[in-house]
Amino acid sequence: MKRLLRDRRGAFGAVILAIVVGCAALAPFVTGGAPTAQGDIVATRFLAPLSTDGTGAFHPLGTDRFGRDVWTRLVYGARVSVGVGMLAVFISITLGVVVGALAGYARGPLALALLGITDFALAVPRVVLLLLLAALWRPSTALVVVVLGLTGWMSVARLVHGEVRALAARPFVEGAVALGARRLRVLARHILPNALTPVIVAAALGIGNAIMLEAGLSYLGLGVQPPTPSWGNMIASGRDVLVNAPWVATAPGVALVLVVVACTLLGDAVRDWSAPRS
Amino acid sequence: MLSRLAARALAGFGVVAGVVTLTFFLLRFAPGDPVEHLLGPAATADQLAAQRHALGLDRPIPVQYTAWVSRFVRGDWGISIAKGRPVRTVLGDAWPATLRLVGLSLLLSYALGIAIGAVQAHRRGSRTDTALSVITVTLFAVPGYWLGLMLVMVFTYWARVLPAFGAAGLDADYLTGWDRIVDGLRHLALPLATLTLIGVGGSARFVRGAMIDLGAQPFVTTAHAKGLSPFQVTGRHVLRNALTPVVTLLGLSLPALFSGAVFVEAVFAWPGVGRVLVEAVQARDYPVVMAATAVSAGLVVAGNLLADALAAWLDPRIGKQET
Repeated sequence: MKRLLRDRRGAFGAVILAIVVGCAALAPFVTGGAPTAQGDIVATRFLAPLSTDGTGAFHPLGTDRFGRDVWTRLVYGARVSVGVGMLAVFISITLGVVVGALAGYARGPLALALLGITDFALAVPRVVLLLLLAALWRPSTALVVVVLGLTGWMSVARLVHGEVRALAARPFVEGAVALGARRLRVLARHILPNALTPVIVAAALGIGNAIMLEAGLSYLGLGVQPPTPSWGNMIASGRDVLVNAPWVATAPGVALVLVVVACTLLGDAVRDWSAPRS
Repeated sequence: MLSRLAARALAGFGVVAGVVTLTFFLLRFAPGDPVEHLLGPAATADQLAAQRHALGLDRPIPVQYTAWVSRFVRGDWGISIAKGRPVRTVLGDAWPATLRLVGLSLLLSYALGIAIGAVQAHRRGSRTDTALSVITVTLFAVPGYWLGLMLVMVFTYWARVLPAFGAAGLDADYLTGWDRIVDGLRHLALPLATLTLIGVGGSARFVRGAMIDLGAQPFVTTAHAKGLSPFQVTGRHVLRNALTPVVTLLGLSLPALFSGAVFVEAVFAWPGVGRVLVEAVQARDYPVVMAATAVSAGLVVAGNLLADALAAWLDPRIGKQET
């Protein structure tokens, strides 16, 4: 753990994530009110960052078109966006590793069936699926998590599958088999630990990707529904006021980039830490 | 090898058939239908029923399904309900724009990514490596459609140098020769920059990681030991082996050449297949959605096959290990 934090990337990632998660958890204490609170719309809308409105309330990141405080919405939006990303990736990584490992190591009908399912799931155009699912059920945060989780595991499965197949041909695996280890044990003890490097990286990157897709879905009106703030629907709402209030779209975007960078750097640091090279 | 490919191709055909079938029934069970979108809220129940009958939408769903399949395989993709034009024309008109945008951006982002990743791995730990890492990590973290908005803000609203919407100016039809090409390029600039920038981060990081992983392998030590220059070791031995997973990744992004970058196309109002697809799903334009789905599913399967075949060609161990 210490070595992880001594790595500059790991430390940076951990600090950023700690700040974001801390702010999200302590939202009522670091913000001035509810994320949906709006006062006198005409007097308080589109206030520039670092301005104070008529009631004396300070807006560090300005206000949006309804006079809502952007900083407050950013902090409450972190709860939604980061939560959605983490849960969705947890679902997709679990599915992907199980399917990919079995498909890469098993032979015969099981491997073919699993590969078939993976190819099948990959071949369904994701956007069509998302649009259709969103039309079948009412858009909600839970639906976004499930849909992103269920449509995100295939690339992990293929990565793990390729990795496992390449590893299975390596001498140390043949050695383990020759020593009489059972197949499942060879897979779990000898192959998977060596195949996890790309999975860790994929998980780190996947969280960012999931947060970004949530943003994309909200842009199409299928993600987290307003007035609940998520970074995605905040960016979408800033799209129409890019000219006179650029901060509305800029602030959540910068926050999103920071969090995704932090996840990625932490993932890199974890990788180097768990598999130290010379 | 050939029989294996044939088996995979057959399985791929099954996948496409399955995807198309799933989409067909999901579409029919989704609420809303194209006739309501076509006739608008003022239409009476009689008018709706008459129009449904005219389009054959009042027949049992399995009958419609077999009718659609038999016409589709014979090359008759039907007529768009919302636009009244043949589906082939609708997709055929949109596809060149997507191919131009996505094809160029894939080419650019992989070429740049491989170059950047190779430089980083070659000079691992140097300042160049660190600086490039910061850049690629940030680029990878940027959501395409937000980057698109930011570029529009800077280059269109502030600097006023590049257009933000569409693939050609309003006066494009009156331009000739050089002016017309410049107009097209100016419209291409921002969407292409957006897609390429967000792609470079991923591919560069991937190549760098793969090459550094390979750096510790015995064959690299051997290459060093037999006196090859570091440059030769990186170029000939490490990079070539690192390209196997990159090829897989590239194969997986092939379908995007057709289905497009939906979100980026939406930001820039790019008249490509991605936008057609979103509009068609929203209008429940069944023939268009079905044709687009069938083509992109076919491309996904073809991309996977291609990636596997290329990977086996680049790394013969993968092909041989199959029993």
